[in-house]
Amino acid sequence: MKNEKTNVERLTLNVQPSTLKATFAIVRKDLAAELRSFELVSAMLVFSLLVIIIFNFALELDVKVRQSVTAGVLWTTFAFAGTLGLNRSMATEKDRGCLDGLLLAPVDRSAIYFGKAISNLVFMLIVEAFVLPIYSMLYNVNLFRLDLLGVILLGSIGYTAVGTLLSAMSVQTRTREVLLPILLFPVAIPVLLAAVKVSGGLLAGAEFSEVLTPFNILLVYDVVFIAVAFMVFDYVVEE
Amino acid sequence: MILVKKLVKRFGLKVILRGLDFSVEQGEFVALLGPNGAGKTTFLRILASLSRPSLGQVQVAGHPLPNEAAQVRAKLGVVSHMPLLYPDLTAEENLQFYASMYGIANAQSRITEVLNMVGLENRRKDLVRTFSRGMQQRLAIGRAVIHNPEVMLFDEPYTGLDQDASEMLDEVLRSVAAEGRTVVMTSHDLARAEDLATRFDILSRGVIASSAKREDLRDTNLLAYYKQALVD
Repeated sequence: MKNEKTNVERLTLNVQPSTLKATFAIVRKDLAAELRSFELVSAMLVFSLLVIIIFNFALELDVKVRQSVTAGVLWTTFAFAGTLGLNRSMATEKDRGCLDGLLLAPVDRSAIYFGKAISNLVFMLIVEAFVLPIYSMLYNVNLFRLDLLGVILLGSIGYTAVGTLLSAMSVQTRTREVLLPILLFPVAIPVLLAAVKVSGGLLAGAEFSEVLTPFNILLVYDVVFIAVAFMVFDYVVEE
Repeated sequence: MILVKKLVKRFGLKVILRGLDFSVEQGEFVALLGPNGAGKTTFLRILASLSRPSLGQVQVAGHPLPNEAAQVRAKLGVVSHMPLLYPDLTAEENLQFYASMYGIANAQSRITEVLNMVGLENRRKDLVRTFSRGMQQRLAIGRAVIHNPEVMLFDEPYTGLDQDASEMLDEVLRSVAAEGRTVVMTSHDLARAEDLATRFDILSRGVIASSAKREDLRDTNLLAYYKQALVD
């Protein structure tokens, strides 16, 4: 009896979902939607520029002091703008019910996490790519150094890795806008402090060996939080 | 196709489903009716693997939940009152995205087929945000059938639709069911449910209070049957 294929069995397509393909489908979808609306990046960008300008007027300092505060001002800007983006990115999925659409796909749910995390990272990097030259001009500091750009990339990876996980958690609550920063900032302190230490050291002309410890913390944080998010994301998004 | 035994769902101290038993044969179209707060949506979310049962057994398309949730999801299509579509993408891009999430080979031909089925082929390049509510709901059905699922769950699909849009949705639902799929639909619209379904189950206070096939209702209209089931 089971040897004969039923009508519906014949209907069913050969569904072969792949985690990697699903991850990049989410990234492609997020980028395409953002390219049309500019909803997220524009908000992050305007916010970042305002923070930089406010700091510029607040800290009317000489060139040397300006260099010493650069790392702090930069990472404060990136962290606040990043939080704005993380909140919005997951909220758009939730508000339109699309998070359910993602969860209904027969793929490993880590694909959803990695897809959203990569999109968030790309948005954050786009904002940073605009912020860095403007900051360089306003503060007269050269930020276009490969080692510094590498640190910014590592710091952003760590921040979006933990931020994507926590935004998936906070988006389920009624107070998500307030809850995300409250959850995120304490957890992201190690990555932010390490990023500030390494960036500040490099801008002050220190040897790489002198900033090796915070650099290692940055690396370890990235690896640990990506691994933790991979393991717990399934439970976080489940009702 | 669907087998549920002694299903209990609790949210904290609140018990939503209280030992619910339910089964659906392949190809049946079951209308799940009941008052607000009866637990219809919660029940459908459990069948869709979006929510875990607190107690009891759930099996969909031969796979137990939650252990084989991915296999269930591959054979399941869900339409709710929210279309689960991205307004800044075109109809085609939305379907392309979901086709990728389901790993469908030959996505383009399947997308064309689905757009024809829901009558939106001429709007495939238009952004979903320019669609009326009725068109969005038809595209939502297209999204849900993109992987040709064996089982379809509809949660209040008529919510917010005007008369014309509801009639068009009727046609799409009929064609979905005519292909031999197993369908479970929750609705408050008894007339539509009576028109479409082959079986009517009344969910009340967390259990199936009554169940009747279309042929059993020959002398009774659905409204009378529904009211009687709630009183009993």
